[in-house]
Amino acid sequence: MTEPLLSVRDLRVEFPTRRGTLTALDGVSFDIMPGEVLGMVGESGAGKSLTGAAIIGLLEPPGRIAGGEIRLRGERIDILSPDAMRRIRGKRIGMVFQDPLTSLNPLYTIARQLTETIRTHLPLSEADARQRAIALLDRVGIPAAARRIDDYPHHFSGGMRQRVVIALALCAEPELVIADEPTTALDVSVQAQIIDLIKEICAERGAAVMLITHDMGVIAETADRVAVLYAGRLAEIGKVKDVILDARHPYTKGLMGSIPTLTQESDRLVQIPGAMPRLSAIPQGCAFNPRCPEVFARCFVERPEPVKIESGRQVSCWIEEWKVGHG
Amino acid sequence: MIAYILRRIVQSVLVMLVVALVSFSLFRFVGDPVATMMGQEASQADREALRDRLGLNDPVIVQFAGFIARAAQGDFGISYRLQQPVMELILSRLPATLELALISGTLAFVLGVGFGVYTALNRRGLLSGAIMTVSLIGVSLPTFLIGILLIWIFAVELQWLPSFGRGETVDLGPWRTGLLTESGRASIVLPAITLGLYQMTLIMRLVRAEMLEVLRSDYIKFARARGLSDRAVHFGHALKNTLVPVITITGLQLGSIIAFAIITETVFQWPGVGALFINSVQFVDIPVMAAYLMLIALIFVVINLVVDLLYYAVDPRLRVDRTAAQH
Amino acid sequence: MNRIARAWDSDIAWSFRHSPVAMLAALVALLIILSAVLAPWIAPHDPFNPASLNLMDGFTPPMEPNAFTGNVFWLGTDNQGRDIFSAILYGARISLFVGFSAVVFAMVLGISIGLLAAWRGGWVDSLLMRIADVQLSFPSILIALLIFGIARGVIPPAYREEMAIWVLIVAIGLSDWVQFARVVRGAALVEKSKEYVQAARLVGAHPARIVLSHILPNVMGPVLVIATIGLALAIIAEATLSFLGVGVPPTQPSLGTLIRIGQGFLFSGEWWIILFPSIALLALALSVNLLGDWLRDALNPRLK
Repeated sequence: MTEPLLSVRDLRVEFPTRRGTLTALDGVSFDIMPGEVLGMVGESGAGKSLTGAAIIGLLEPPGRIAGGEIRLRGERIDILSPDAMRRIRGKRIGMVFQDPLTSLNPLYTIARQLTETIRTHLPLSEADARQRAIALLDRVGIPAAARRIDDYPHHFSGGMRQRVVIALALCAEPELVIADEPTTALDVSVQAQIIDLIKEICAERGAAVMLITHDMGVIAETADRVAVLYAGRLAEIGKVKDVILDARHPYTKGLMGSIPTLTQESDRLVQIPGAMPRLSAIPQGCAFNPRCPEVFARCFVERPEPVKIESGRQVSCWIEEWKVGHG
Repeated sequence: MIAYILRRIVQSVLVMLVVALVSFSLFRFVGDPVATMMGQEASQADREALRDRLGLNDPVIVQFAGFIARAAQGDFGISYRLQQPVMELILSRLPATLELALISGTLAFVLGVGFGVYTALNRRGLLSGAIMTVSLIGVSLPTFLIGILLIWIFAVELQWLPSFGRGETVDLGPWRTGLLTESGRASIVLPAITLGLYQMTLIMRLVRAEMLEVLRSDYIKFARARGLSDRAVHFGHALKNTLVPVITITGLQLGSIIAFAIITETVFQWPGVGALFINSVQFVDIPVMAAYLMLIALIFVVINLVVDLLYYAVDPRLRVDRTAAQH
Repeated sequence: MNRIARAWDSDIAWSFRHSPVAMLAALVALLIILSAVLAPWIAPHDPFNPASLNLMDGFTPPMEPNAFTGNVFWLGTDNQGRDIFSAILYGARISLFVGFSAVVFAMVLGISIGLLAAWRGGWVDSLLMRIADVQLSFPSILIALLIFGIARGVIPPAYREEMAIWVLIVAIGLSDWVQFARVVRGAALVEKSKEYVQAARLVGAHPARIVLSHILPNVMGPVLVIATIGLALAIIAEATLSFLGVGVPPTQPSLGTLIRIGQGFLFSGEWWIILFPSIALLALALSVNLLGDWLRDALNPRLK
């Protein structure tokens, strides 16, 4: 078995507040293989973006990693010095944010932002960096790249700006790209193009992708595997096909029920009743117990650990635990 | 661009007209110019003759037009108190105020931006805390108390610096400067610090708040995610974005320095236009008050205009010329 | 009791109890305000009563018996033998009176103008806000000086002395209404477009009633913050004007006047005449300012 590119073990992120410490991520573990696309889904506040921020070491203070480890090709990166971590960001792990309208500095040209990133990570001259930047812009589909490179961000539309952001994330050939809701802020008509672009361009360069989204549809079309987060905990992880066709965690089942499909017989969407608990009020036992249709006594007392039910498939649910235990 | 400048100039002229109207009303309706000029014993006929000669029997609108025409040529009449042409009085005292304002303005800007950036970047540092506390005291301390405190320490106790006046001056054509002599330079130190301190704390607090806001923005997060060094993020990206809005307010602050000079000039018996104005208020010397008002308004309007144009030059978003809204 | 307990447990009270600076500032401000209010009862002398002044007591240093009379004054006396401590109490009384009155005047004016601008909209709004913009671009001390100068020109010389304090209040108040008007207008515009206000208008509720019951409560927080900081500014403005010699008449010396008088004795070594009034003014302005700062942070946790 090949070594995972990124390996996250028991990641725990805390936010100390004046009313006590909030645990925003609790015991999250997953791997990303080289060249793989891992989808990360969950409601807002489930901890998807925090996972991304924790990996590249940009948690907003006072948030901090309180436990667990993060390894990139076997090397721990959660304990690196700020400067060593900075050299990994942009160079080995690229990042694409949600809102292209605010991700670019409005006061600098695209050229300046691209070349400064390229020259931070690669030993190139200004002219070579500019050539590389133009080639990248061309690759991400900016028409007349050689001319448009000297424009300011506000000269571009939202979709075009997200292409620029993708070029920026990829300009030093990273091994992993973390895309945090890359299409949420975009017009529906360009969302699919941007997702396709990310997938295509990363595949071509052999970069793995961690795609953070709340849209199961995007995951279904794009990802190889999917991790489902609920209230800062991993509910289920596995191959996309398996998870979609055979969801095991009651939360995932509910999530699948809420995707409209053309083939579905029923004419209404299944909704999960209730809302995700606030971080300050996560119930004892399984975090999903107040909303779970299949809840039983044990769920209120003990927190379910992830159980491996087949190769690469894990579910944190007492029902699965019981099934595994009883053959 | 041309249209924008024209519009701004028209606005400035309008503001000047409004201020002129206030000045004119002062002249015309506050106190009786005839009574002030002739004294008690003049006969009714003499009064009427003077009224006629001064144009006080003309329609108000004609008088206003005459006032503006004279004001445009720098003719504000004769000071009631000093019996000299007002413009002559003001011009002879303007260099003193401008030298003071310029030096303390530079001081305020350089130190304000420096401290503001430092405290924003080292938010939890001990020195930042000290600077912020001192600045709060600086904002709460009335300017005249700062002046008195400085006089007490440096003039009375230590006897390092003079406590009043401009020292020796040198005439450079119509400009009487104190900056070319030893005693002149020593004399300006305390007034400049007194006048600049308040502006400095304001600029510092503004820069700090603005910089903290910018540091939270998406493009700064993205710049960090691209692996740029702290130096590049802070001074390449954050500082420029901070200074754009700061320019506007700082420009206006520099304008108000000239007005605040009233207080400093009184404390240090500095022979500038501010001291002239205070005396005119005490003695209800209307022509001087009116002229001072026009002068200050002119300075403000010019600074406003320059700041706007500067803003325009710094922020590319405002230059919607060539490739506007290209997709 | 229950309500008090709840108030004590509220976020504001929580942040107050956890801010030593705010508690200290409140204590100092309260102490100064109380002693100013109670000045006639707690001051050892009446500084306004010429009969009680003894020129022989002049220039007595603090805590030392006077060379001629043997009288001891806590904070010393000025050139006329006036007890500095008493003068400070009475001076703070005038400073606070002018400050409070000016802020109340500015508040009433600003809230009215803000509501009017928001409610009428159109050219009324544009005109009022343009005036506010223009005024805001000039320093308020200049505006106050100008209004003061105009008032002096309009009021006959015989009445100038007795009107001075009211002129001062109006001048400071008029130079300080803009902040109130802006905040109130902004909040009122937001509320005005909300459905319940639209609904109230549709069912024919009186505009004044809507304003009083719905819009005003929503802006009380920011208005309180501006008023607190405004009070500090007004106290400083009064002191500054009095120091410049265009404020209250010398017969009713405020803290600023006392400092103006004391400045003359700085070079001759009678430091106490200027030092103690300066400390009183500083303590008052600083504590009110700190309270305002804390209040703004407490009401706006986002800004921290």
